[in-house]
Amino acid sequence: MNRELKRVSIVVMLMFAALLGSTSVVQVFQADNLAADDRNTRTLLDSYSVERGAILAGGEPIAQSMPVDDNYKFQRTYSNGLLYAPITGFIPVNGAPTGLEQALNGELSGTSNAQFFDQVSSLVTGQDPKGASVETSIDPVAQQAAWDALGDNTGSVVVTEPKTGRVLAMVSKPSYDPNTLAVHDSAAVNDTYDALVNAPGNPLINRAINSLNPPGSVFKLVVVAAALESGQYTPESTFPNPATWTLPNSSSVVINSGGGTCGSGDTVTIATALKLSCNIPMAELGLALGDDAIRAMAEKFGFNSEFTIPLSVTASEYPEDPDDAQTALSAFGQTSVRATPLQMALVSATIANGGIEMQPNLVDEILAPDLSPLQTFEPVAADRVLSAETAATMTQMMVNGVQDGAASNARIDGVDVAGKTGTAENGADDPYTLWFTGFAPAADPQYAITVLIEDGGGLGQTGYGNLLAAPIAKQVLEAVLNK
Amino acid sequence: MPRQSKTTSDAREAAPQTGKIRRLHLPQKLRNLELFLLILACGINLGAVVLVQLGALGQIDTTLVLLGASLSGLVFAMHIVLRFVAREADPFILPIATLLNGIGIAMIYRIDIANEEAGWASAAVRQTVWSGLAIALAIAVLLIIRNHRVLFRYTYVAGFVGVSLLLLPLVPGLGREVSGARVWIGFGSFATFQPGEIAKIALAVFFAGYLVRNRDSLSMVGKKFLGMRFPRLRDLGPILVVWALSMSVIIFQRDLGTALLYFGLFLVMLYLATGRLSWVLLGMGLFLGGALIASQTLEYVNGRFTNWLDALNPAVYDAAGGSYQLVQGLFGLAKGGLIGTGLGQGRPELTPVPQSDYIIASLGEELGLAGVFAILALYLLLVARGFRIGFAGQDDFGKLLGVGLSFVIALQCFIVIGGVTRVIPLTGLTTPFLAAGGSSLVANWIIVALLLRLSDTVRNQPRLVV
Repeated sequence: MNRELKRVSIVVMLMFAALLGSTSVVQVFQADNLAADDRNTRTLLDSYSVERGAILAGGEPIAQSMPVDDNYKFQRTYSNGLLYAPITGFIPVNGAPTGLEQALNGELSGTSNAQFFDQVSSLVTGQDPKGASVETSIDPVAQQAAWDALGDNTGSVVVTEPKTGRVLAMVSKPSYDPNTLAVHDSAAVNDTYDALVNAPGNPLINRAINSLNPPGSVFKLVVVAAALESGQYTPESTFPNPATWTLPNSSSVVINSGGGTCGSGDTVTIATALKLSCNIPMAELGLALGDDAIRAMAEKFGFNSEFTIPLSVTASEYPEDPDDAQTALSAFGQTSVRATPLQMALVSATIANGGIEMQPNLVDEILAPDLSPLQTFEPVAADRVLSAETAATMTQMMVNGVQDGAASNARIDGVDVAGKTGTAENGADDPYTLWFTGFAPAADPQYAITVLIEDGGGLGQTGYGNLLAAPIAKQVLEAVLNK
Repeated sequence: MPRQSKTTSDAREAAPQTGKIRRLHLPQKLRNLELFLLILACGINLGAVVLVQLGALGQIDTTLVLLGASLSGLVFAMHIVLRFVAREADPFILPIATLLNGIGIAMIYRIDIANEEAGWASAAVRQTVWSGLAIALAIAVLLIIRNHRVLFRYTYVAGFVGVSLLLLPLVPGLGREVSGARVWIGFGSFATFQPGEIAKIALAVFFAGYLVRNRDSLSMVGKKFLGMRFPRLRDLGPILVVWALSMSVIIFQRDLGTALLYFGLFLVMLYLATGRLSWVLLGMGLFLGGALIASQTLEYVNGRFTNWLDALNPAVYDAAGGSYQLVQGLFGLAKGGLIGTGLGQGRPELTPVPQSDYIIASLGEELGLAGVFAILALYLLLVARGFRIGFAGQDDFGKLLGVGLSFVIALQCFIVIGGVTRVIPLTGLTTPFLAAGGSSLVANWIIVALLLRLSDTVRNQPRLVV
């Protein structure tokens, strides 16, 4: 019987060898594939149950993970969620995160390459891995001031630091409370999400960086910059000054806002046209410059390309191949020219910074759980867009615009504010889009600001940039300059 | 007699000269080793429960620790009983069973915590109580059966009991159907029981007795074909009966695993008794043929095969009765990786029935491949100790019974763990000692008692011939 017993023993050994093999295959060789399977709720839950790093503004957490007693182990909590929603975004339990939660997900969840050694050490020590914290460049005072000033308007306010590119405030309205999308109940998250998608004003959109609007007259800054940089024009260059102007190869007529000529006289200078924000001289200038020159300048400012701050910023648009009529219209920011508030803020900030564009950036520092810096973001000069002379000239023209021009409502006593308003048409009967972009103090610019008001600010086609957008900029600038 | 321990032969040589009184004073080296291993096993078990509490609760709760301690007390009682009634019994069997049982309770407890079960609803509490009952029964078996050859006399009674137990769930009013398989019995609202688990012991006794009696006619006569001697048609009776029994389990009780277990047990014991490979081939042919027909005709068998071969296919995954559970178990195992998440730190509760059929996936998730290997090594060691009885034993009945009972444990491990890890199609069986379930615990502890008894006999009466 022992011969048979030996054989049966071998069979038993083979059975166990098969089990050792199969468990090895599942637990080691297939483990990565199985972990990557999108049906693997463990992987999903794990990504939520690490102690995600906080997102900070001015040293205070605006998003942080609180320990709770459920499957997810941590509840993401957003303090002052409505105010900071465009910055933080949210991380739902059943979908993709947005905002910084998405852009810096690797760092926040502790899985970025920079945290590799932390992962290894937490594996050895058995401690739960922790994510890194993100210190944003947001200034809570500026953010709150921008939020308050924008009131009930649908729109956005962006404040940046011209010398560094740091984004100090980024408000988008209407907003939403990210806490309602971070609850650990998938059904509730879906309901809230669907309601927000269908809500008026589309609160989930971050208007500061992801909504495209016709820039209207604020785009004249780009056209004038192109003219001055070409060397063929000075602020004193003149153009004919009719009360109406027919577009080339068209019967459509361009008028200045408010009708009439641009100031008195048969001719008008570029400086006056910009100060009073006249359309006809700009159309003439645009046509004379040609779309290539305008596009080249626009693209130097950042139009026609996406970039990240590290949030993804939608590319602002200058048309590829406009005809003469469209080129004329594009010179005062109509036809298919589109811009995000951040892009317009960049134009102002570049002029403010002597013509050098600083890369816009929302994040100062990424801090490891032990508060040692993992990554520090130093100011980076993107490019020299304008010569220092052009920048200085433009600044002076923008200061004039605020002092006794079309942007007069942004005037602050004792401070030179440089600025430009815009009132852009959408459809024939649609409400206007209202703008202000500028910076202060003009001599030593600390803050660049852009205000966007969509939907006419509730006034349909009767509102205009100086009436609604300029006072908001004034209010924000006062708050940050006096703090 | 390979590698007989020197101590025991010394003891035997000393015994005739010094008489019985002297022998009582001899140091019980085997039992002392067992005691040491038992303390180790109980320590590991206690540690596992504490780790589960620290990992999942973040604090220590003394209720289950006390319950576990009383269980350890019972195991030590069994150890003391062994000192009196089976002093030469194998010292590894009891500690291994204790360790597996304890790790199982710790994992079941861990899943209770995740599901927020407490009191009598807590599977861990029930498992502990069942373990107590099972160990008490094992002690009773040790005390009652002082010599395993008594069982030889009851061969046919055992056979009758085994078949009856197997068929009991089919009795109207008594049988209960749980997740598709009709292998349970229950009395009113009283706790349900799987009589098939006990049947495997009775059947092992029956097979051993029957085969020892009839091995000659089964092995000697028959025609030679392809170099193998095939049995006569009239000797095919027993194998056909067992085959029919297995098939009826597949068809009427819808339990592929149990059928495979019994038939595999029978084939191995038949092979051991007769030494005829032809029997095995014949039996495997019959079973595979039956299973193949069943897979074509019975929907549940067919589903098991599809789930096995195409588990990750989304259509199979989402189907009702599809591979969802299997794949969740694989996700759990994958999550465990090499060293596991640590007790209380994984998410075994995401897999359906993580405390019974899928307990190995739960353990794999929290203890990792290292833990699974350790558990498999424990099983292998346990089976090897049983096989030792077969190698060292002197009477064929004892040899067959010891190997049969150990093989049942090995085969059951293979069927259920192999099912979870996709070596074979998944069939519902309990993982011995680990999985939640009273009947399985009772059966396996009785097997432990019988193996202990057999191993003691092997060492004490080496020269007896049946």
